[in-house]
Amino acid sequence: MSRIAAAFERMRAEGRTGLVAFITVGYPDLGSTVALVEALAAGGADAIELGVPFSDPLADGATIQRAGWQALEQGVTPWACLDVARRLRERGLTIPLLLMGYYNPWLAAGLEAFARAAAEAGVDGFIAVDLPPEEADEFLAVTRPLGLDLIFLVAPTSSSERLTAVARVASGFVYCVSVAGTTGARGELPPELPAFIARVREHTSLPLAVGFGVSRPEHVAQIGQLCEAAVIGSAIIDQIDNAVPHERVAKVREYVEAVTGRRRS
Amino acid sequence: MTQAANAARPDERGRFGGFGGRYVPETLMSAVIELERAYTEFSRDETFRQELAHLLRTYVGRPTPLYFAESLTRRLGGARIFLKREDLAHTGAHKINNALGQGLLAKRMGKRRVIAETGAGQHGVATATVCAMLGLDCVVYMGEEDIRRQAPNVARMKLLGAEVRSVTTGSRTLKDAINEAMRDWVTNVATTYYLLGTAAGPHPYPVMVRDLQSVIGREAREQILAAEGRLPDYAVACVGGGSNAIGLFHPFYEDRSVRFIGVEAAGSGIETGKHAATLVAGRPGVLHGARSYLLQDANGQITETHSISAGLDYPGVGPEHSFYKDTGRAEYVSITDAEALEGFQSLCRAEGIIPALESSHALAYVAKLAPTLPREQIVLVNLSGRGDKDMGTVAGALGLAL
Repeated sequence: MSRIAAAFERMRAEGRTGLVAFITVGYPDLGSTVALVEALAAGGADAIELGVPFSDPLADGATIQRAGWQALEQGVTPWACLDVARRLRERGLTIPLLLMGYYNPWLAAGLEAFARAAAEAGVDGFIAVDLPPEEADEFLAVTRPLGLDLIFLVAPTSSSERLTAVARVASGFVYCVSVAGTTGARGELPPELPAFIARVREHTSLPLAVGFGVSRPEHVAQIGQLCEAAVIGSAIIDQIDNAVPHERVAKVREYVEAVTGRRRS
Repeated sequence: MTQAANAARPDERGRFGGFGGRYVPETLMSAVIELERAYTEFSRDETFRQELAHLLRTYVGRPTPLYFAESLTRRLGGARIFLKREDLAHTGAHKINNALGQGLLAKRMGKRRVIAETGAGQHGVATATVCAMLGLDCVVYMGEEDIRRQAPNVARMKLLGAEVRSVTTGSRTLKDAINEAMRDWVTNVATTYYLLGTAAGPHPYPVMVRDLQSVIGREAREQILAAEGRLPDYAVACVGGGSNAIGLFHPFYEDRSVRFIGVEAAGSGIETGKHAATLVAGRPGVLHGARSYLLQDANGQITETHSISAGLDYPGVGPEHSFYKDTGRAEYVSITDAEALEGFQSLCRAEGIIPALESSHALAYVAKLAPTLPREQIVLVNLSGRGDKDMGTVAGALGLAL
């Protein structure tokens, strides 16, 4: 069983809502990423998305744009993201690691070489926000033989035909974008979310994770009524921004403990 | 006769050979599919076609003339040079051909809000113009840097009733304006039409913009046959995203004797790294929804471009041009800022026509090409826009007081 499948199996067995936590590699600096990921895991994250920065992140809101820009300014490359994954595994991290980003940097690195290096570094899969199933054959051809999952996104705007197309190629889990829009913390989850999740369910038996606009413990609890896991990204970057440097790791851990319900806030 | 052979391109996935496609977030997939269906339906609808043709004639001022540049020809001393006068179209550039067609489509689709990106401001002005005429709300995204460089066009858009939103992310130029327009579209997809200005982006934009701009080449082909009784030997156009060039080239696609030359911006020189010559110096990759040539670093990050001409200052290019390059159907060359300024001045002096700095790149290449050719040959150049908008830039570069 893959690490991703095992993680969702564990959530199910323990009867709790999973948390997938996103962090931009190299934000606020490359030296901090390993400790911040370990804080996310210690706080209760069930899987980690390592954000690979890209110069033109057109699906991201202001928070993750800025984090990515700062990472690029420091020269963070896709290969540097693999070094982070490798170090995390060497230090004993066992939860799934996914690379999340845009297609071009991986294409430029060489899909096969990069996927192979990612697998060797202990990465479990990829999320390419600008790679719909119609364009994914080339990437699937190199990720599948390596046992890597390619995670696809579905959106409230996805038609039934599109949900079918995604279900045909998806593995690991399906990433449900909560709302038409870019990434970024929002006050409330959209009222249409339950109907959307029910529609996705009709097309796939894979676990579902809901992301975009998720930031509060009550969001995670609401999502837990609907599906297996919540994804939080921008709100974690906000936690880093709001903490003084020497308290960042502790604040990030406390935040994740709060949203996973391990700590009563 | 040329249409049948081209009907197969792009294929149903929007591919021109290995280029094009649809690399967009899932939230937008249904929107681009809806757009493709609407475009296919309306482009075959006789009422729609007649409405477009009528407005191209009475509002845009088409057909634009084909002008024999006799004085320029004499000065250069070689092939005869004909100019396709897109600078005489309403709003002063070819951009209106596309904006009008897509504006009508938006209205037919029931979208009341139109968004657009702009670099030099010509596409923004064309979109604001069409939205004013059709009664649609218009928001134009423009890089902060371009707003500074192209103040007159910003004022024009505002006068036409558009809201101009300054883009302060990334390099603050055209590519960032496209990113921001895409973010708006993702957020307001149900109510909003994205009126993309060049033959790039996800399918169906490259084919739709090409079709709407092909009026340039169709007219020019008829006009040169009527005037000279033969086809040109060369068709030359500047290439940023590539819409004026593909509009000129495409109707001549099956005329194998007509050589296509696309002229990119070499900026300070290709060797300096400060340029926007995507096809000359780039590598294939994925940006803004399509696979095409890109200016990118070794890690796949899009690099910043430079050109004296804001309309060519873009690190990508339409996928059909990438296909033309790889198949050898077109040749792509580059012209520096300094050479473009010479081309600009020589047309002013020789013909009494002030060209856009974008078009000046094509003219500068023709100044090199024409003298090497025999007098009986014909070079057809797309004069894609007029240069009034560039007075500030040119005055600065030439040390003129305004």
